[in-house]
Amino acid sequence: MRLFPRRTLCLTLLALAPTFVSAAEPPTLVVYSARAQQLIEPLFARYTAETGVEIKVLSDSEGALMQRLQAEGKASPADLLITVDAGNLWQAAERNLLQATDSTVLAEHIPAHLRDPDNRWFGLSVRARTLVYASDRVDADTLSTYEALGDDAWKGRLCLRTSQKVYNQSLVAMMMAQQGREATEATLRGWIDNLAATPFANDTQVMEAILAGQCDVGIVNTYYFGRLQSENPDLPLKLFFPNQGDGERGVHVNVSGAGITRHAPHPEAAQALLEWLSADEAQALFASVNQEYPANPDVPMDPQVAAWGDFRQDLINVSEAGRRQVDAVKLMDRVGYR
Amino acid sequence: MSATAEIAVTRRPGNRSGAVKIALALLIAAPVFAVIVTLLASLARFEPTVWTHLLTYWLPEVLGNTALIMLGVGLGVTVLGTALAALVALTEFPGRRVFAVALLLPMAMPGYVLATVVIGQLDFAGPLATLLRAAGLSMPPIRSVAGLVLTLTLTLYPYVYLVARGAFASQGARTLEAARLMGFAPWQAFWRVLLPQARPWILGGALLALMETLADFGTASAFGVTTFTTAIYRAWFALFSIDVALQLALVMLVLVALLVMAERLSRRRARFVSAQGAQAPLSLGRWRWAATGLCGGVLLLGFGLPVLQLGHWALSAAVPIPQLLPLAGRSLALAAMAAGLTVTAAVLLAIVARTTPGRRLATLQTVATLGYALPGPLLALGLFVPYAGGIQWLNQQFGLAWMVHGGVSLLLLAYAVRFMAVAHTPLHAQLMRLSPSVDDAARLLGVGRLARLQTVYLPPLNLAMLTAALLVFVDVMKEMPITLMMRPFGWETLAVRVFEFTREGQWAAAGAPSLAIVAVGLLPVLLLTRVFNRKAADVT
Repeated sequence: MRLFPRRTLCLTLLALAPTFVSAAEPPTLVVYSARAQQLIEPLFARYTAETGVEIKVLSDSEGALMQRLQAEGKASPADLLITVDAGNLWQAAERNLLQATDSTVLAEHIPAHLRDPDNRWFGLSVRARTLVYASDRVDADTLSTYEALGDDAWKGRLCLRTSQKVYNQSLVAMMMAQQGREATEATLRGWIDNLAATPFANDTQVMEAILAGQCDVGIVNTYYFGRLQSENPDLPLKLFFPNQGDGERGVHVNVSGAGITRHAPHPEAAQALLEWLSADEAQALFASVNQEYPANPDVPMDPQVAAWGDFRQDLINVSEAGRRQVDAVKLMDRVGYR
Repeated sequence: MSATAEIAVTRRPGNRSGAVKIALALLIAAPVFAVIVTLLASLARFEPTVWTHLLTYWLPEVLGNTALIMLGVGLGVTVLGTALAALVALTEFPGRRVFAVALLLPMAMPGYVLATVVIGQLDFAGPLATLLRAAGLSMPPIRSVAGLVLTLTLTLYPYVYLVARGAFASQGARTLEAARLMGFAPWQAFWRVLLPQARPWILGGALLALMETLADFGTASAFGVTTFTTAIYRAWFALFSIDVALQLALVMLVLVALLVMAERLSRRRARFVSAQGAQAPLSLGRWRWAATGLCGGVLLLGFGLPVLQLGHWALSAAVPIPQLLPLAGRSLALAAMAAGLTVTAAVLLAIVARTTPGRRLATLQTVATLGYALPGPLLALGLFVPYAGGIQWLNQQFGLAWMVHGGVSLLLLAYAVRFMAVAHTPLHAQLMRLSPSVDDAARLLGVGRLARLQTVYLPPLNLAMLTAALLVFVDVMKEMPITLMMRPFGWETLAVRVFEFTREGQWAAAGAPSLAIVAVGLLPVLLLTRVFNRKAADVT
């Protein structure tokens, strides 16, 4: 059998063929998204149906997308950057990858604490990071604040997700913003002392560990709980919204949001899309497709989400999470929170 | 022309031919140099605070862990891969023919998938631990260095198995016979003669496994184990310092280069020439069922159980199959094209290196294979930054308005850079078995350079080329970070879809595309088997 050169040559030519195909693109909006494609595709399909504007999505992780935008510079085809937390949006703005959007529509729809003070990005859905506990073993009265999970009463009963995940970095960054570095360090040390297991790779594993009796309480984003609840309505787990007392700061919220890129080829069209995303119909869909809370307070939430109860959000601007993220990561490393 | 004149002409290849060869090798290694230049450029921006932080809180633990994992995986894949290869190639036991092929299957299972399955099954909340707890027993925690080593060993042993099996199959029986004639017991003959002979193949396979282990992020982070690569991710994604990440990658690359050179050095003086011989499998006696058990157990853990789990997820999420077809088509096309391109480049590189004396080409060859040890996102970035920079430069110089798009050719180039080592290993090993007298004979006969390529070097490389193509194909099917960054718009693949579901923890939805990755990855395994069997039939 002689593989070479005929077959190999054919393969090589096949490999090079796309080089010669022209890459002419029709003028459509290009979105770089760190939010999973299946969560935004239904929304964009509807926008295209309503307006005729085509949208192309490129999904990747936040860090890679930002690096890509930076490398592309003025030659970037991207119009909009979507990420799943404020820390990364802040970082993108800080690295001058986003441009300001002056829009009365957006200012009206999105509360001030959920967008960049300089209007370079806007939260589109709210994600509450709250406590979850085994309802058959834990009395809700024994729960109060994030900080209290560091008390001795929870020794060997706490499960956490790894500090690699930006959700926990943002939570710690917000704690540092309000109670300072030392108090936060004390809280973190308490958490680490109380851990029942090595931090988990995701929120779902945290809840599975609680279900299995490895621990009694954990910290998760509400939509992960929602997903488990949809699979099993009789789940012996409950959410608890902490830090609700007088003078306490409220539940830590983060946003999934978007900003128009610095060198967007179609900034007006991108702004129109962003405004559409902040309004009624899209807001309801954006949030409910992943059981999140709409960022626009006038839009009703999904019934399943509403049933988890009302809570007071932390009203500090979510960009604080970005500003302090590196400090938070360093503190987590210092106390050995992996 | 007289014979002596001919010898004089061909023995002195001349400077021009040498220069052409070096230029060719340089061309193949060029993208790796581009990556290295990107890495080196980071040295201009030094961030002492980030470095101090990592040196204090990360590197001591990370270096210890990485050393332990490399040792564990190195030993694990070497022992398991060699043992399985020896059993299948040299002995007779129930199911041997099936296992010979089936033992390759775990290769098609992506490490990040196996990790999730292993943790789901064996962690505290999993069924086994729950069962044991009911009986009052407890299990050691699976999310640990040991669990990670076990999982990586199960996905990576096929690298050793594949090359070692080839070595044992082609020279094993004859060598064993000779050794036994000299009075060795079969067991002794294996240890004292056969194993040392197969060492370069085994080491080559183990080196591939180690390079992949070093570059791995998905599996290690699933197990909650910090490694050198997780430290790189920490610097990049959590401390927002891409430059420190690139500098750390540079350190890693130097370590790998030393490792590769050490391996090359260890076999430099050795020459391994194959001896053809008919198979006369050894009888294992009472132990034959133990061999069946070992092979079956490995296959069950590395392939059977994960496939069952994926199937369960796929059914529960009910993803419509037609949606997966275009994804599978693109994955297949990319993997096939990447395999063709990479193997072609690797063949040229290996032959050029063989026919050119001197150290320079050996070094180039090492450089060209380093891409495999770099974490995927950094390799992607290392190619993307110069590419995007080039387009911007062109725009500036010529007043153009080109936009940076990923392109299929760019993506294929990146795959070739990443998987050159994978293609190179079996080719290099095979070329080493070709007696130097072959080169001399070809020259003596006055065969021209191109004809020599076609008639002397390529025919014995056929099987090795297929093996190399298979390895690259399967690796491209599973590859995530490079595909994510370099793919053109609309080029969603199965791996991209798995990434999108798993990053939000939707494993049920990721079940069907993961299963499709495994299924498409199996196609070349089956193809290779048919070719192997035909070869075997030709011999007898």
